[in-house]
Amino acid sequence: MVPTNYYVILSAILFGLGVFAFIFKRNIITIFMSIELMLNAVNLAFVAFSQALGKLDGQVFVLFVIVVAAAEAAVGLGIIILIARNRQTLNVERVDLLKL
Amino acid sequence: MLEYLWIIPLLPLLGAAVNGLFGAKWPNKFVNIVAIGSTGLSFLGALEAVREFFESGQTLFHKEFFTWIAAGNFRAGFDLQMDQLTVVMVLVVTGVGWLIHIYATGYMAHEGGYYRFFSYLNLFMFFMLILVLAANYVLLFVGWEGVGLSSYLLIGFYFLKKSAADAGKKAFIVNRIGDFGFMLGMFLLFRAFHTLDFQAIFTSSTLQGWPVELSSHLGTLTFACLLIFMGACGKSAQLPLYVWLPDAMEGPTPVSALIHAATMVTAGVYVVARSHVLFTHAPTAMLVVAIVGCATAFFAATIGLVQTDIKKVLAYSTVSQLGYMFLACGVGAFSAGIFHLMTHAFFKALLFLAAGSVIHAMGGEQDMSRMGGLSKKIRWTFGTMLVATFAITGIPFFAGFFSKDAILFAAFQSQAGGTILYAFGLLTALLTAFYMFRLIFLTFGGKPRLDEHKVHVHESPWSMLGPLVVLAVLSTVGGWVALPAFFQGPDYFANFLGPVFGGHETAEAAGEIAAHQLELILAGVAVGAALIGLGVAYWLYLKRPGKADGLAHSLKPAYTFLLNKYYVDELYAAVVVKPLLWISTNVLWKAADVAGIDGAVNGIADGARAIGDGVRHTQSGNTRSYAVWVVVGAIVIIAVIFFWPSGGKPVLGMVH
Amino acid sequence: MTAPLVVFFVLAALAVIGAISLILQKHPIHSALSLIVVMVALAGLYLLLGAEFVAAVQIIVYGGAIMVLFVFVIMLLNAGVEEHTSISKMAGAPGLLLVVALAAFVAATIARSADSIQSTSQAGEMSSTLGISGMIFKEFVYPFELTSFLILVAVLGAIVLAQREKI
Repeated sequence: MVPTNYYVILSAILFGLGVFAFIFKRNIITIFMSIELMLNAVNLAFVAFSQALGKLDGQVFVLFVIVVAAAEAAVGLGIIILIARNRQTLNVERVDLLKL
Repeated sequence: MLEYLWIIPLLPLLGAAVNGLFGAKWPNKFVNIVAIGSTGLSFLGALEAVREFFESGQTLFHKEFFTWIAAGNFRAGFDLQMDQLTVVMVLVVTGVGWLIHIYATGYMAHEGGYYRFFSYLNLFMFFMLILVLAANYVLLFVGWEGVGLSSYLLIGFYFLKKSAADAGKKAFIVNRIGDFGFMLGMFLLFRAFHTLDFQAIFTSSTLQGWPVELSSHLGTLTFACLLIFMGACGKSAQLPLYVWLPDAMEGPTPVSALIHAATMVTAGVYVVARSHVLFTHAPTAMLVVAIVGCATAFFAATIGLVQTDIKKVLAYSTVSQLGYMFLACGVGAFSAGIFHLMTHAFFKALLFLAAGSVIHAMGGEQDMSRMGGLSKKIRWTFGTMLVATFAITGIPFFAGFFSKDAILFAAFQSQAGGTILYAFGLLTALLTAFYMFRLIFLTFGGKPRLDEHKVHVHESPWSMLGPLVVLAVLSTVGGWVALPAFFQGPDYFANFLGPVFGGHETAEAAGEIAAHQLELILAGVAVGAALIGLGVAYWLYLKRPGKADGLAHSLKPAYTFLLNKYYVDELYAAVVVKPLLWISTNVLWKAADVAGIDGAVNGIADGARAIGDGVRHTQSGNTRSYAVWVVVGAIVIIAVIFFWPSGGKPVLGMVH
Repeated sequence: MTAPLVVFFVLAALAVIGAISLILQKHPIHSALSLIVVMVALAGLYLLLGAEFVAAVQIIVYGGAIMVLFVFVIMLLNAGVEEHTSISKMAGAPGLLLVVALAAFVAATIARSADSIQSTSQAGEMSSTLGISGMIFKEFVYPFELTSFLILVAVLGAIVLAQREKI
């Protein structure tokens, strides 16, 4: 049996990498993908704990997370398309209309 | 009437209110009716109350009308009392006060703010009556403060004149210093006796069993008495708090007569006499009272020798005579002090009112060097003023003779340094005679030094002369209640006040006859001193008019020193006033207020602005930095969970 | 070194390499493909944990729908190689520090509380699919209905957003 700790540490590593990508990448779509990465990391933690505690609640929650991630991806990509149309760029640093 | 004792002070209060609120539009006649009427009715009420008091034959009447303060086990009520001492005080206050009100209707007839003057004067009467009728220290203090307020209002009556406004402020502030001591004394008394009611303190068993506080071990009572005396020094213008009284002459002359001669300044003597039970338990305090009184008497008399303003001479004379009263109290002769208070009220009020009459006749001139030769022109004024002068200098059988004599006799007999006190008292009597007759001769005698064409000297109207005559009669016969004692009969006045002071007066020296002979001898010496003073004044100012100026020239340093009142005002200004002003400006204003309080408030505003200035950098419009801030938020939450005690279980609610 | 452990490490390594690749690639399409690798690896891990249903859903929904959507959008927008700008001052050294801090916190939090968790050998009283379906339609029926509503709203939103403007 793989100890639960290992899964959780892996989840933490993936989450950290996701945050890293979130901060340091400049393409909007890549940033969005890093969010998906973070969500996946969390899903892994949920399932690992679900197995450790012997309950299925974790897995149910994972299902819901996946559903919400899907909805979010749909809407988010729609927004990205609009941004790309309006600003003619996919560089997030060019999207600075709120700057004074 | 005794049951309705509160009517006596209430009537002047109503008069003050009516005149103050409605008098502005009234003609002088209506204002007169209200003012004189309320004071007159108050006097009648006092007479009736006194009559009832005598008829009931009791020694003390005490009634609690309502409870003013009830806090914990402290109770201060609106309690009034009547005993023999109160009889003397209340009759003097209402009687002399009423006469002065009548006088003022003539004197102030052409002044602006007529209604205001009488409103303030009635207000003063109210507070003074509260002061003398009070049965506990708290209510007395209400009256004490109130007369100080009225004094300020009346001294600064001509408020458009800077010197008058300044004099009013000076009076109030110097009085306040004394009041500070008075309050501390009250606190000490409360701490010792848990009550401030006169009867409760004076008859309390705590006091009965209290050892007499000799100089070897000074205790609470000594300090309490000294502090109360400090208040009395402020109110009754003794050293070192006398400086306000000469300046108070800026007020109209009736004010000087009523407040700064007859009644308010005697409040200090009254308080000391009222607290005689406490003082006799603290001989050190009594010695201090005697020394201060004696020193003030002498000191003020020396200043009065060279003053040229007629009212200033009388002011210093008042300070001096008050010193006599305190000297009497200090050596234990309380009834002698009160006796002198009564006679002084008569002749000093008369002196001031007559001086006012002179000023009125001279068209406002107050400088004696510009007067002279008025005796034939204003006969009634001259006559009454001469009577008053005889009284104050102690010419036999006039009022002042008996009272001053009693004081000097008691001083001579006193155990602690009596001879020195007597010597200075005698010297002061000589000086008093000198400067009073100097005043008479300069004002009324000799050749006129005034310009006949500019000044039209005329006698005053009868509204002013009437009270003068009444007071002159009183100044003559006022002392006769003690006359029989001279011929070895009973001293009616001392016996009258016996139930109040009985048992605490210094006992007569060994042997009635020997004591009486001593008294006669001392009386003779005093009269001799007075005559010497009269003679010197006569010689300097009538016989050889130039001699006075010659003397002044040759003794120039001493002369200027006295003329400038020993530079005491300048000393106070340099030592007390200037540093205080400096502290107020630099420490309290610039440091505490501007830098401290304003700085704090402005600092908060600046701080808020600075924080906003810093925080606005988060709203950079740059999406990537927003991402970082999101991560920061996440870290904060995780840090909270991490560092929360017991592993964050309350936060996470982890379930096993 | 038991078999599950080996499988775990292989899949874990695959996931981490995929994640690092996502960061290091310059073209977004390569990042998308790396992400797919990560998801497949995670599906394998779910299987290892005995969550078959979740693994299946992961592949079908995440890999098959969401990532395909990403790839379509990348192709639609003709996303090119990322240009190199660095206007944000926060996303530099501070960001790195924060990432490290975050990872440290998460690891420490888990490590502190992980001792109280012991893995129970759950041979599965029932298959996970059966159990999950039971829970969805019994205890979690309300959130389930809400999520369906959520998807509807999302679809509508996406359509509204991506409409071509009427000429």
